[in-house]
Amino acid sequence: GCLEKGMRLQVSAALKEGQVTPTQLCQRCLALIRSTKFLNAYITVAEESALKQAEESEKRYRRGQPLGVLDGIPISVKDNFNTTGIETTCASNMLKGYISPYNATVVQKLLDQGAVLLGKTNLDEFAMGSGSTDGVFGPVRNPWSYSRQYKEKSVSKSLSEDEESNWVITGGSSGGSAAAVSSFTCFAALGSDTGGSTRNPAAHCGVVGLKPTYGLISRHGLIPLVNSMDVPGILTRCVDDAAVVLGSVAGHDPKDSTTIQDNFKPFELPDLTDVSKLSIGIPKEYHAPGLSSEILALWSNAADLFKNAGAKVIEVSLPHTRYSIVCYHVLCTAEVASNMARFDGLEYGHRSDMNESTESMYAATRREGFNDVVRGRILSGNYFLLKQNYENYFIKAQKVRRLIASDFVKVFRSGVDILLTPTTLSDAVPYMEFIKEDNRTRSTQDDILTQAANMAGLPAINVPTALSERGLPIGLQFIGRSFQEKQLLTVAKWFEKQVKFPMIQLEEVKRLDHGVFQHQKSASFS
Amino acid sequence: LASWVAVVGLEIHAQISSNSKLFSGSQVQFAAPPNSLVSFFDASLPGTLPVLNRRCVEAAVMTGLALNCSINKKSLFDRKHYFYADLPAGYQITQQRVPIAVNGSLSYSLCIDNKMSQMVTKTVRIKQIQLEQDSGKSLHDDTRSQTLVDLNRAGVGLMEVVMEPDMCCGEEAAAAVRELQLILQTLGSSQAVMAEGQLRVDANVSVHHPGDPYGVRTEVKNINSIRFLAKAVDYEIQRQIEELENGGTILNETRAFDSRLGCTVPMRDKEGKQDYRFMPEPNLPPLILYDAKSLPANMNHQQVVNIDLIRERLPDLPSVKRAKLVEQYKILPEHSFTLLNEEGLTEFFENVVKQTQMKSRKVIGWILNDLLSYLKQHSLTVKESPVSSFLLADLLNLLEKKEISAAAAKQVLAELWKGEGKTPLEIVKEKKLELIQDQKELEQICQMVIDGHENEVIMMVLG
Repeated sequence: GCLEKGMRLQVSAALKEGQVTPTQLCQRCLALIRSTKFLNAYITVAEESALKQAEESEKRYRRGQPLGVLDGIPISVKDNFNTTGIETTCASNMLKGYISPYNATVVQKLLDQGAVLLGKTNLDEFAMGSGSTDGVFGPVRNPWSYSRQYKEKSVSKSLSEDEESNWVITGGSSGGSAAAVSSFTCFAALGSDTGGSTRNPAAHCGVVGLKPTYGLISRHGLIPLVNSMDVPGILTRCVDDAAVVLGSVAGHDPKDSTTIQDNFKPFELPDLTDVSKLSIGIPKEYHAPGLSSEILALWSNAADLFKNAGAKVIEVSLPHTRYSIVCYHVLCTAEVASNMARFDGLEYGHRSDMNESTESMYAATRREGFNDVVRGRILSGNYFLLKQNYENYFIKAQKVRRLIASDFVKVFRSGVDILLTPTTLSDAVPYMEFIKEDNRTRSTQDDILTQAANMAGLPAINVPTALSERGLPIGLQFIGRSFQEKQLLTVAKWFEKQVKFPMIQLEEVKRLDHGVFQHQKSASFS
Repeated sequence: LASWVAVVGLEIHAQISSNSKLFSGSQVQFAAPPNSLVSFFDASLPGTLPVLNRRCVEAAVMTGLALNCSINKKSLFDRKHYFYADLPAGYQITQQRVPIAVNGSLSYSLCIDNKMSQMVTKTVRIKQIQLEQDSGKSLHDDTRSQTLVDLNRAGVGLMEVVMEPDMCCGEEAAAAVRELQLILQTLGSSQAVMAEGQLRVDANVSVHHPGDPYGVRTEVKNINSIRFLAKAVDYEIQRQIEELENGGTILNETRAFDSRLGCTVPMRDKEGKQDYRFMPEPNLPPLILYDAKSLPANMNHQQVVNIDLIRERLPDLPSVKRAKLVEQYKILPEHSFTLLNEEGLTEFFENVVKQTQMKSRKVIGWILNDLLSYLKQHSLTVKESPVSSFLLADLLNLLEKKEISAAAAKQVLAELWKGEGKTPLEIVKEKKLELIQDQKELEQICQMVIDGHENEVIMMVLG
């Protein structure tokens, strides 16, 4: 129970009071990144620039003029966000060595607040996948694989089994970011969420994963997967921190025409004590085939928790949930096929040596640059977009999408404030087991609980809830109304307080443990 | 031999006259150093997003109104996919489903039998106007087996104007395009200079026997001037007629006009029919336009395009200008066409009229016959005329006051062309071209002539 008031340290306050300096904080994080290299959470570590940023932050603190709560706070960013001076690879051969000339808006906003950018985190290639296993830099390992909690539980297994082959996946596609936050190498990380890519790894890595409402946060500079569903995601160790990061990055961006014009006001989360006015909806369709009995029980307990605290808890129905996978498949691949058309080797990125003709150069470049998963989706997408197929697939899928979105509208209109669902079907599986099925199969299975929120553009958050029998994190998901992030996060924060999710016990973190480093272990920075 | 009817439709791309491109802030400029006007978005750098340029929308609305179209208060953007070196994103953003303007018309005039004396008015329906991106330029360097790509033009705003197949020959097509050009230039929505690629015309041509359904059509591209447009269309019509009369068939193909040979040739086949895999552009919300009625009270006017406001601010279109000229100056309709057709000529004419007592309907003759033919002979524009409106007015005043004869005036004009800086009066004095007004002097001269030609006088008296 590390979230008890006594243990909860406030890094920002510590920075302000000079108990720790930005440079010290930065160095600790960099050291921890080095000692947890086996997690493969980072693709690029920007040591030099990070230290420089920390130095600048330190100057500001000395002057008594920090830019805000985020000043000096080490963060990391998923490698599908554009960053100047630091490679942006999308974990693909297509963009190996690519250095963007501009920062994504969300990155710029964080830097403008004084955040220290430690590096770019690992992902599935071009964010396609649910394991963070299919990037060219190799898979990301879930830090919980090396936790005392997990190791204790796997003692019952054969002692001759190598720790190496036992490690579990982070989930995906923002696995690197989730692992980075989970292993304390940074205080917050940016991910992206198209079908669950922030919430899924958040659940498996025991961290908070927020998917904001579509249109709230700028996508300018986020290399797109599905433009009509992508959002930047926020990963932190507690809900309050997620609110702080959200406050720094949300709001209209003239460079992104899909962001809403309304003024966004950052908010602080109240400490909810009375939930009697809340109506929690439990969508019965989320009792999906394959849902582990463990998670089912946890979900049920959570519902009871709310009921016992006085909230109204009712079963609701989202009848079109079962069509969301195929619908997502059609719309996602169609947009992917379109978005990937720009990768031809001409202006940037990998260019094949094949130069007999422009066409052959394009074909070879794309064959060499993309992995099977990407190419598979492009082919599918192009198929659905063919004139003769467009009506039957794309248009149909658009209609089904509207139905899925209407399901939510109806439920929220009926008086429900928040929906409570599981985030994943089970706890994290071992890598060796995960790779037995292909990427498409896995994505199909794993996205079921998360991607309806992307279809409908709704905000959703994973809150780490409890450890599984295997000692691995299980999270539960809250889905809220459009642009009602404050309400969503308030409820999530109350829930977080009730469940008191345990802190990960990592050797590497312990080794660096001394007075100053208490801040590192702190769940929150705000 | 049964008669043939030709059917001609046009697809016209007009580059929008704006400071920046349709979806990005990079500049629009002709003949800039290669790849010097390319934003991150134009280069399709991953993660960049389109932002709609308001000025381009206004240009399209203006053009739609001038062409009597219905302006769609809600129009949509789509992606049209194909791979080509000058299309960095692998798709063009266009308006395929719902364009910004539809169902308009354009009236244009033709001279019957090549005489300027008989003009007839024709109308062509405008199917639609859509906003879309221009592509970059690619140049094939065969000696070094490479393709050079210049993206300066990539992303520049275009209005595609689709004219229904209501035209029947090259002359009609040319006249319609000429009128469109004038309209665009008057509005300022496009400079529409074909030589600079600001106006590109593709012609769709087919032939059939009267009463039969339309024949297979071909698309003719690579037409670089209005004159060539007429030639290309007429050639293609002839070619199709000959082909069919010889028992052949017409292929639904794309042909290029070869201006040197004056014929159309098949273009390289692009793997049969292209499927462009149209898809809605997800990064651009629907384009909503307002009018006075639908405009919400609290909306920021900077953020909004108001169709009624644009309509109010439309300048006089060429047809209106011509009618006004005819009325005001009592000239013939065909005169007004010539005046508008020549850049600066109307202004010149009006300036002369202002500065002279000669009636405008007499002045027009001097403008169109003398001034214009001289300029044409020497390939000069009105701006480059060595004779200014002031000088011409001066000369015409002398004529009007009967100080010189018409014949003498022409002589003076011939001198003025030399541009030696002399005034008409100075030339008259120099060449002794003054009309003699004095009765006695005239009598003396006449007597002299009679005295000097006794024989001729006797012949005349005898009859």
